[in-house]
Amino acid sequence: MAQSTDEILEGLAAIVNEETGIDIEAVEPDKSFTDDLDIDSLSMMTIVVNAEEKFGVRIPDDEVKNLKTVRNAVDFIAAAQS
Amino acid sequence: MGLFDGKTLLVTGVLMDTSIAFHVAKLAQQQGATVILTSFGRTMKITRTIAKRLPQTPTVVELDVSNPEDLDTLAERLREHTDGIDGVLHSIGFAPLGAFTFLEASWEDVATAMQVSAYSLKALAVAALPLMNPGGAIVGLTFDARYAWPVYDWMGVAKAAFEATNRYCARDLGPRGIRCNLVAAGPIRTTAAKSIPGFEVFETNWDERAPLGWDVNDPLPTAKACVALLSDWFPATTGEIVHVDGGVHAMG
Repeated sequence: MAQSTDEILEGLAAIVNEETGIDIEAVEPDKSFTDDLDIDSLSMMTIVVNAEEKFGVRIPDDEVKNLKTVRNAVDFIAAAQS
Repeated sequence: MGLFDGKTLLVTGVLMDTSIAFHVAKLAQQQGATVILTSFGRTMKITRTIAKRLPQTPTVVELDVSNPEDLDTLAERLREHTDGIDGVLHSIGFAPLGAFTFLEASWEDVATAMQVSAYSLKALAVAALPLMNPGGAIVGLTFDARYAWPVYDWMGVAKAAFEATNRYCARDLGPRGIRCNLVAAGPIRTTAAKSIPGFEVFETNWDERAPLGWDVNDPLPTAKACVALLSDWFPATTGEIVHVDGGVHAMG
């Protein structure tokens, strides 16, 4: 089931919020997970695993390092769903 | 009929679905086992989510092997879920970054590596002992510690201690009818392995050196060996290290 990028962003922001407490509004497309949102590797793993469940996609470990920004993650999930 | 019909296994070390322990838990469930997982701290959330990807979603109990209180209360907390345990998978290891630079490593970093990666086998065995049924087995995972490897450094020393701990556990648990064995696996690209700086050097020529070949992305051969050792198909084997490395250990 493909979702719009807005829906994916909204869902991803909720996951980030639940893991880190970061405001949902602060999870913007151009923000870097590490540099802007200050998310460490363990939290990133938690977010990835929860995103896999929520969006019904697989995000291979080797791919995670390429997901630098929120937009990267949203685009990857959208492509994986299509 | 499954290898583990009516049996219960305690499986540590399930983090991702690429974890060796995940595949041990999966195979064991397919063979009829009731599986209980352990995890700790911030990784609990990941383990609980990944646990749902097993054929049956297992209970996850908290266990930090460096926390004496967690160890002391383990049996009591497990009793809420089971009357006895027939097997324990030890899939635990950690060394601080500093431990991967041999000549510069501090004692504090080495001590942490030793406690979490070697002493923990004894600690886990003792913690689970009150619930262990005779004929039960403990199985751990090592990386052949007879050699000095590139990169592995104090983790390699900790694995040597781990292998010695296995022999002493075999000595002291044997009279209670409990076996303790290790699987020495070749390099597998798990989350734990990838956290070792420079892990790629292990991957480069293992496949070429192994008479059977070796796939760093396939944890199944290692998981199968763990399951076999946890089962009662190795009833007279303890203190042993079974190599699951494509045959590399036997080559010159």
